[in-house]
Amino acid sequence: MKNGMTLIVRVIARFVSPMIMVFGIYIILHGHLSPGGGFPGGVIIASAFVLLTLSFGKEIAYQKLKESTASVMESAGALIFLILATLGIVFGGWFFLNFLPKGEPFRLISAGFIPLCNIGIGLKVGGGIFAVFLTLILFRLLEKGEGD
Amino acid sequence: MPEIELYLLITLMIVGALVAVHTRYLISAVISLAVVGMALAVAFLYMQAPDIAITQIVVEVLALVILIIAVSIGKEVVDIKGKWETLTIGVTVLFVVIFAIFAYRALADLPPFGSPLMTVSQRYVEEGLKQTGSANLVTSILLDFRAYDTLGEATILFTAILGAFAVLRNIGRKAK
Amino acid sequence: MMFFLCFVLFLIGLYCVLIKKNLLKIVMGIVIMEYSVNLFLITVGYKAGAVAPIVTEGAGKVSFVDPLPQALVITAIVIGIATLALIVALCMRVYDRYKTFDITKIRRLRG
Repeated sequence: MKNGMTLIVRVIARFVSPMIMVFGIYIILHGHLSPGGGFPGGVIIASAFVLLTLSFGKEIAYQKLKESTASVMESAGALIFLILATLGIVFGGWFFLNFLPKGEPFRLISAGFIPLCNIGIGLKVGGGIFAVFLTLILFRLLEKGEGD
Repeated sequence: MPEIELYLLITLMIVGALVAVHTRYLISAVISLAVVGMALAVAFLYMQAPDIAITQIVVEVLALVILIIAVSIGKEVVDIKGKWETLTIGVTVLFVVIFAIFAYRALADLPPFGSPLMTVSQRYVEEGLKQTGSANLVTSILLDFRAYDTLGEATILFTAILGAFAVLRNIGRKAK
Repeated sequence: MMFFLCFVLFLIGLYCVLIKKNLLKIVMGIVIMEYSVNLFLITVGYKAGAVAPIVTEGAGKVSFVDPLPQALVITAIVIGIATLALIVALCMRVYDRYKTFDITKIRRLRG
């Protein structure tokens, strides 16, 4: 398990994981038009990172993407969401006011600040779930290292 | 008529849950739990909730991975056969029976299956596209009408992840 | 009938939590209870013959299922995965301390 799984799994994971990430980004950006949104899109992006971690082994994944990066992603998502909510007070008078123009329905640029909120929530959910997964994996690694 | 398929799916879920409770090997229990979750995702799809079906499928895969990590950390692969204490059994049966009776009485007051009581949501359905401009009404409720719920959810997520970090950290603990 | 089957699923999870002696089986019972509650909430909002609550362009006036329980359940599922990770982290720490998952042996205090 130290070097990850076999060559077949690694090659397939290298091909598939960018597609999963693109699919997650599509789900997040089209959250106000089709089924999806920030929550499933964030979990899909986290699952792409989980696939890379499981196939390439823990050490390599830990060198490439530390849990501090995931924490920064989560904090950035929460900050985007809160700043958008607070800007409602500045522009119109109450918290969570949809202050941007609504635009034409059924287009990608529409619905005011809902796509931006979806991006923030996607970053938060994806970063948080990947960070906690990496913590669980690394805890097991440290225990094995101490035992031997 | 989608009700027949729904009853089949929920029967599959109950059987899967019983297998997950009663099987002897822990890995088999985890796989049976994944069967329950996947059947749940298909049931969501039959009940016209595609957002939740997507979320449930992805979350189910991640939950499977997390539970397999938890099973593989221990050296016990077999379920623990303890002594069956009669007091525990009696209290459990009593509790389950009382809970079932009260649940049955409470369920009699609900509207029948297939015709929900839409008082607040009728307004959301009618005004959702006009007021928020979002074609997906679930997103319009999630991020505009009831955005405080989402803020609370973000807080709970942050707290749970912070708790996991704090429990699993190795700094400051004595190595045995 | 459908509602009662959801409660049967909940009772299976409750039985598992109360009677099992393995810590991971208790976690699985909690997960089963969470599934049944999500299914119950969606079942309450289901409307026969309606479509998913997504407005399509030029579709006219159609009947939608109740979107409010769906918006609540979509947050509940994501909270469920985070709390599952927290519970598993606690179980790992317990195993590290006591070297067992048996709850009848996790009785003595060790600082």
